[in-house]
Amino acid sequence: MTKVLIIDDEPLARMIVKEYISKHPDITLLQECQDGFEGMKAIQQLQPDLIFLDIQMPKINGFEMLELLDQPPAVIFTTAFDEYAIKAFESHAIDYLLKPFSQERFDKAVSKWQEKQSQQTSKGATEALLNTMSQAPTQQQRVVVKTGSKIKIIPVEDIYYLEASDDYVKIITKEGAFLKNKTMSHFESTLDKNLFVRSHRSFIVNIQQITRIDPYEKDNHIAQLKSGAQVPVSRTGYAKLKEVLGI
Amino acid sequence: MSSTPLKSAKNIIIFSTIWWGWATLYFKLLYVDYQLSGQIAIIDTLFTNGLLILGSLLLINIFRFYNPKKGTFLYLLVLIAAFSLLWTAIVRYGLAAILYDNDEYIKFLIHSMSIRFAMALLITGCVALFSTVWYTQEEYKENEQRKRDAEKLARDAELFNLRQQLQPHFLFNSLNSISALAGSQPQQARKMIQQLSDFLRGTLRKDDQQQISWEEELKYLHLYLEIEKVRFGHRLTTEIVSGPETTNLQLPALLLQPVVENAIKFGLYDTTEAITISIIATIESNQLIIKVQNPFDPETSRPGTGTRFGLSSVQRRLYLLYGRSGLLETAVNNNIFTTIIKIPQA
Repeated sequence: MTKVLIIDDEPLARMIVKEYISKHPDITLLQECQDGFEGMKAIQQLQPDLIFLDIQMPKINGFEMLELLDQPPAVIFTTAFDEYAIKAFESHAIDYLLKPFSQERFDKAVSKWQEKQSQQTSKGATEALLNTMSQAPTQQQRVVVKTGSKIKIIPVEDIYYLEASDDYVKIITKEGAFLKNKTMSHFESTLDKNLFVRSHRSFIVNIQQITRIDPYEKDNHIAQLKSGAQVPVSRTGYAKLKEVLGI
Repeated sequence: MSSTPLKSAKNIIIFSTIWWGWATLYFKLLYVDYQLSGQIAIIDTLFTNGLLILGSLLLINIFRFYNPKKGTFLYLLVLIAAFSLLWTAIVRYGLAAILYDNDEYIKFLIHSMSIRFAMALLITGCVALFSTVWYTQEEYKENEQRKRDAEKLARDAELFNLRQQLQPHFLFNSLNSISALAGSQPQQARKMIQQLSDFLRGTLRKDDQQQISWEEELKYLHLYLEIEKVRFGHRLTTEIVSGPETTNLQLPALLLQPVVENAIKFGLYDTTEAITISIIATIESNQLIIKVQNPFDPETSRPGTGTRFGLSSVQRRLYLLYGRSGLLETAVNNNIFTTIIKIPQA
C-alpha cells in the first residue's frame, strides 16, 4: 500500500489529483493540504511515501517546504509552468506533471515512482533535486528557516550577515540568529550579488549594513555594521566589496 | 551634435540676401551720404562686410560646440565684445594699410571708428543671439526625438511583457481547473471555458493606446475575477463598488488588469487565510479614481521594495500616456495594501 498526500492551494487542482488517485486501489490518500504549513505538519505526522506537490503556494512555496523537512519524502511535482523548474525536474525529480495533465500521464508518473522505489533511490533523488534548486540563478527575496516548531520567513533586507557554523549557516538578523542547514556557497550564489558580498571564507555581509571598513592586521580589514557587529574582510573579500560599493 | 543652420539651402539664401542688403545699404551710406569716391566706397564695403561674413561663420561654429547655459551670459557678452573689438581693429588697420595714400579717407576712417564698433557690437550680438536660439532649439528637438523613440520602445516592450506575464501561470492553471470540472461538473467547465475565451479575446484585441469606458473595463475585469474565483474557491472574495456616475468615464485599455492580478497574487500568496479584493471607483475633480485593495502580511512583505512588476509598468504607462507622474499611488494601512490610480478625463 502506498500512502500519499496532495499539497496544492487550488481546490480544483487537488480534486483532479484525487480523482486520478481513486483509479489506483493500491494508493491511499492520507490527506489533502492547501498550503506548505499544512503539508509539513501532515508529512511529519503521517509519514507518507509519496507527495504530489504544487510549487506556487501561499507563504512558503513547495521548494521552501521541502527545504524545511529533515527527511523529505519522494515528490512528484504538479505545476503549471516554470521553465527553470522543468530543467531541474528532468534531472532529479521522480517526475513532474505539467498542469493540466491526463490520467495516463498521471499513471505513468506513479509507475515511474514504483520502479524507482524498488531501486531504493527516491530519497536521494529528492535531496539531489534540492541541491540543484539551490544553484538556481534566481535571486532570493527571502529565506525560510525553522526555529523549534515555528517557521520564520526572513526578508533578505533584514539579514545583517551570515556566518559559517559547522554544517550550518548562521543567519544574523535584527531579530536574532537563525541556523539553516545549507552551505555558504549556496547563499553566495542565491542571494543578490549587489546586496550580499562574501567578505571572508566564513562570512557573507549585507552591504547596506556596513558603516565603515577599517584596516585590521596586515592585508586584512574589518567591516563595522550598523548593529555594532564586526565582520572580518579578507584580501579577496575587500576587493569584492570595493567593486560592489564602487570605490 | 546639432546641425548648423548653414546646412539648409533656405537658410543660406536668407543669410546671403540679408548680407547683400546690408552691404548695399552700407555702400549707399559711404557713397551717397558721405560722398566717398565709388572705388574707395567699394573697397571699404567689401573689406568690412567680408570680415563680417567670416566673423559670423566663426561665431556660428563656436556656438555649435558651446551653448551658453543659464547664468553664463556674461561670458557671451565678453565674447561678443572681444569679437567686435577684433573686427574693428582689423577694419581700422587693414583699411588704413590698403588706402594709406588717401589722407582724407584715413581721417574719415578714424572718425568713424566708434560708430563702426557700435555697429560690430550690434551685428555680432544679433548673430550670437540667433545662433544660441537656433542651437538650443536643435538640442531640444533632438531630445524630444530621443525621448519619443525611447518611449515607443518602452511601450512596446511593456505591452509585450504584460502579455507574457499574464499568460502562462494563469492560463495553464485555469485549464487545469477546467479539466478538473469537466469530470464532475461539466456545466461549470463549459461556463469557465466561455469566460476564459472571452477574457483572452479581450487581451488580444485591445491595443494599449485605445481608451475604453470604465463599464467595459469592469466587464473585462469581472471575467478575470470570475475565473480566479473558480480557481481559488472560497479563499477569494471580491467586492466592487462603482456608482453610475463612473460608468462612462474613459481609461486606457488593459490598464487595470495587471493591478488586480497583482493584488490577487500578493493577497493570496502572502497569507493562508481567505481574502477579499476590493475595487472602488469614484470621480473626483474630473478624474476617475480607482482603488484596488488587498491584504498582505507586514511581517514578511515589503510592499515598497518587493518585485511588484505590475505596478511599475502601470505607473510608467500612465506617465507615458498623460505626461505626468503621481497618477499611481500606493498606501499601506495596517495589513491592507491599496493601489490608487487616477485617470484624468478629457
